[in-house]
Amino acid sequence: MPDVAEIFETMEYGPAPESRERVQEWLDTKGRRFGHFIDGRWTEPEESERFETLAPATGQPLAEVSQGTPEDVDLAVRAARRALKGWRGLSGHQRARYLYAIARRIQKDARMFAVLETMDNGKPVRESRDLDIPLVSRHFSHHAGWAQLADTELAGYVPVGVVGQIIPWNFPLLMLAWKIAPALATGNTVVLKPAEFTPLTALLFAEVCRAVGLPNGVVNVVTGDGRTGAALTHHDDVDKIAFTGSTEVGRLIREATAGTGKRLSLELGGKSPFLVYDDSDLDSVVEGVVDAIWFNQGQVCCAGSRILVQEGVHEELTRKLKARMETLRMGDPLDKGVDMGAIIAPVQLDKIQKLVEEGRADGAEIWQPSWSVPREGYFYPPTLCTNVSAASEIARVEIFGPVVVLMSFRTPDESVELANDTRYGLAASLWTEDINLALDIAPRLKAGTVWINCTNLFDAASGFGGYRESGYGREGGLEGLWEYVRPEWEEKARLRNPAVVPIEADLLGVSPAAGGGSVAIDRTAKLYVGGKQVRPDAEYALVIRAHDGAAAGEVGRGNRKDIRNAVEAAHAAAPGWAARTAYNRAQILYFLAENLGARSHEFQDRLRSLTGASKRKASREVELTLERLFTYAAWADKWEGRVHPTPFRNVTLAMPEPWGVLAVVCPDEAPLLSFVSLMAPPLAMGNAVVAVPSERWPLLATDFYQVLDTSDVPPGVVNIVTGVRAELVSVLADHDDVPALWHFGPAELGGVVERRSTGNMKRTWVDHGLARDWMDPDQAEGEEFLRHATQIKNIWVPYGV
Amino acid sequence: MGTRRSVKKAWQAAWLVRAVRLMDLTTLDGSDTPGRVERLCRKARQPVRPDLLEALGIRELGLRTAAVCVYHERVETAVRALAGSGIPVAAVSTGFPHGQNPLPQRLDEIRASVAAGAEEIDVVLTRSHVLTGRWEAIYEEVSEFREACGSAHLKVILGTGDLAMLRTVGRASLVSMMAGADFVKTSTGKEAVNATLPVGLTMVRAIRAYLERTGYRVGFKPAGGIRTAKQALVWLIMMKEELGRPWLEPNLFRFGASSLLGDIERQLEHHVTGRYSASYRHPLA
Repeated sequence: MPDVAEIFETMEYGPAPESRERVQEWLDTKGRRFGHFIDGRWTEPEESERFETLAPATGQPLAEVSQGTPEDVDLAVRAARRALKGWRGLSGHQRARYLYAIARRIQKDARMFAVLETMDNGKPVRESRDLDIPLVSRHFSHHAGWAQLADTELAGYVPVGVVGQIIPWNFPLLMLAWKIAPALATGNTVVLKPAEFTPLTALLFAEVCRAVGLPNGVVNVVTGDGRTGAALTHHDDVDKIAFTGSTEVGRLIREATAGTGKRLSLELGGKSPFLVYDDSDLDSVVEGVVDAIWFNQGQVCCAGSRILVQEGVHEELTRKLKARMETLRMGDPLDKGVDMGAIIAPVQLDKIQKLVEEGRADGAEIWQPSWSVPREGYFYPPTLCTNVSAASEIARVEIFGPVVVLMSFRTPDESVELANDTRYGLAASLWTEDINLALDIAPRLKAGTVWINCTNLFDAASGFGGYRESGYGREGGLEGLWEYVRPEWEEKARLRNPAVVPIEADLLGVSPAAGGGSVAIDRTAKLYVGGKQVRPDAEYALVIRAHDGAAAGEVGRGNRKDIRNAVEAAHAAAPGWAARTAYNRAQILYFLAENLGARSHEFQDRLRSLTGASKRKASREVELTLERLFTYAAWADKWEGRVHPTPFRNVTLAMPEPWGVLAVVCPDEAPLLSFVSLMAPPLAMGNAVVAVPSERWPLLATDFYQVLDTSDVPPGVVNIVTGVRAELVSVLADHDDVPALWHFGPAELGGVVERRSTGNMKRTWVDHGLARDWMDPDQAEGEEFLRHATQIKNIWVPYGV
Repeated sequence: MGTRRSVKKAWQAAWLVRAVRLMDLTTLDGSDTPGRVERLCRKARQPVRPDLLEALGIRELGLRTAAVCVYHERVETAVRALAGSGIPVAAVSTGFPHGQNPLPQRLDEIRASVAAGAEEIDVVLTRSHVLTGRWEAIYEEVSEFREACGSAHLKVILGTGDLAMLRTVGRASLVSMMAGADFVKTSTGKEAVNATLPVGLTMVRAIRAYLERTGYRVGFKPAGGIRTAKQALVWLIMMKEELGRPWLEPNLFRFGASSLLGDIERQLEHHVTGRYSASYRHPLA
């Protein structure tokens, strides 16, 4: 050890290790072997197949944990099911007490959790101590608050039920908290599978559950690898899966749960842009980059891994970054003065190395600091890739390591184009001293979180989640709670009568009815695309029969090209529609009501003759349709974002944004009302719509063309494709440029929608065959529809001069 | 900064010794007498008890503070008291702490202090120029101070507590450096808010920017409000991280402090004995 005189000259930092003593004691008292935590008890590890969990910083084993079998998962799900009734039956306040106790317990054992997390994961103790663990207790206490308020703030909603949760290894306990806290607050019970690389803090958390006296079965922890996760995903008695991890596995889970009625929320990968404008404070930018990509060794789903810098400051930023990288300290993650710890496992280390080498082969310049990484354990140095083309692999795939690519742009418009040139959309960070520029760019970025002059800030009060292939659903804040509740009426709702009336493709069609001594003029409903009535691509027609079997008319049989054209027309119209003021959209919805009202008798007659509805019922359907248009005209300028009170000197703006293009597939029941009920909310929120009307009774929608034409609806904002539902649904589900798709109709087609949505991980909303009463406003209108018609973007704006 | 680096054990002791070496031991009270200043000067020569230096293994180091900082009236006393020690005397000047005297008088003040033997002059800016954006006036003023100093070191006090905005602090730093400041210094110690880390960081980065553009190294002196050993470590860490090892030498970094030394002495004794120390065990400054 150097003496004081020597250090006085060198001014080196020296080691500053955090003690691991208490964690070692705890592991020893457990015999370094763990079972699963099921129904409030530990299973016997001796009876299970086991595997080791290693310390990435040394490669040494820490403990053995059990490999969860399908039987273990089944036991856990049963325990959760048994516990559900009692748990959801508690008052919000009673659940709040448990969550508060968990928050406090974690706070009291904070250092123990931090050290254990660092040992199992390899992340610097500075991060686990100052970020992960405080955020964990913050998350539980914030959600204790939601539990307290749930009875009033979530009135009309019930818990989803038994939730299977699968979490990653990069923030083991924090991701546990993000999953468990909202689930418990809203009255669900949980089976959690921690990542196989990092199970230990979840097991320590199980002890917390016991210590606070959480009722048995409310939280169950089953350890294991992907097979255990698959068993949980496939289990019949799980009501919802919440997953955080790779987009690849997210896809598999979407496919596995499709059509089962399981709810799903996914938080997946990213390749988040980090935009630097030429007026930004480059010294702050450099520190931002450090926190964006070298935080947790870059093993962060929202890591700012793509620096896009304006050309004028390109060189200066590169120079400053390199200088800063030289002063980063890598080493024993338990050392309090270390910036970067170890990569989780050799398999990840290999992946990073491989991608970087590919990048080099692609012509990228790879720069790493001059210092060398520790030889023991799994370490990879901070890496800057310049001279990277936007097309190269290294600029497109998620590396999940401390590797950042740097590219330049010329103008703000180009920066947005480059930023959005990715399949992902988890987060973005932008740096400028110009508030006007910042607030112009932020809404244009396709990302669930936008940090202005900051990065990687998280809080329980703010939702976090992705656009595009970065997943769906939000975690945190009010927006996160919706993933764990469903409307109360659903519990009593019946399944739709599955009677399918075959429709005919009749080449000869229907003759115009004779009337008044002369032949009526032939009336052929076409498709409605881009504001015009267009003939279907294949020029086939379908005969539509009334309830009594009589031919009532014909509609075009749309095919995949018609869907393609409709989606294109919708995309062309969407930006302009979204850019209109909400007030203007409201005016157009009112105008639709006005013009429909003028023709209400015509629509009543059509309903009566087609569906056989009584006069009273038909008149009521039209009346309610008018009312519904009023409802969404009313909502158009009232569906407000929120300002989340995050505990920083900032504002966090939660802004609902339209999807762009939203496709809706309408049911047969109440064919006018359901069509308008599904079309109006997306329109009100600024989406362009591609609608597939009722297959059986599409004439209400085709009659509606003229209402659209006379109501100032801009061309392409509403597109209607009639035809055979099953054909059109598949094309829509497959379409990679349809970000969101609603399906109300036969359960098996809902399954198709979910299964085939994985190409672009589109947001699906399907009714799983549940019959919704379109006449009942509780079921058929309001906030649930608006939530599905938008996604929340959280924009973090710091204060400061 | 304080949570990203940590120095423990021998390293902590060495860093605290370094902090002592970088200290402008200061007394700036209306009640300063020759006797008070003489006592301070003795402390500057022997800032840490010899037995502690012995235990730390640094008796040979000849540890002393970087300078002694006093009002003009006490310069002569200090110069006399420090004779032969190599410790320079710094004088606060130019209508310290408000800087509101007529300019010729302020320049005379500098010349008088230099004539009296002060090797370093700590001047205050005309804050009203800064607040009204009269950067050229600042530049001219500092240039004149520079000239009046001759070969004496010029430290320019920005009075950051009065400047309100970090970007103003950054600009004032740059203008002072361009006009010839050897050091930029945060505060007089008399403003309501003195040396804070965000202000320090802003100034340090201005120094870096100036270095990058011109190749000139300018020193930094945070002053006021730095009272504990722990605070001192954070400032040192900031200097090492932002500007590197050269800025841990007295020619480029100083603490302006009066009570900091006492806390460091106690921490050093704790390092040596393992017991928490009491202030009365260390000679008064």
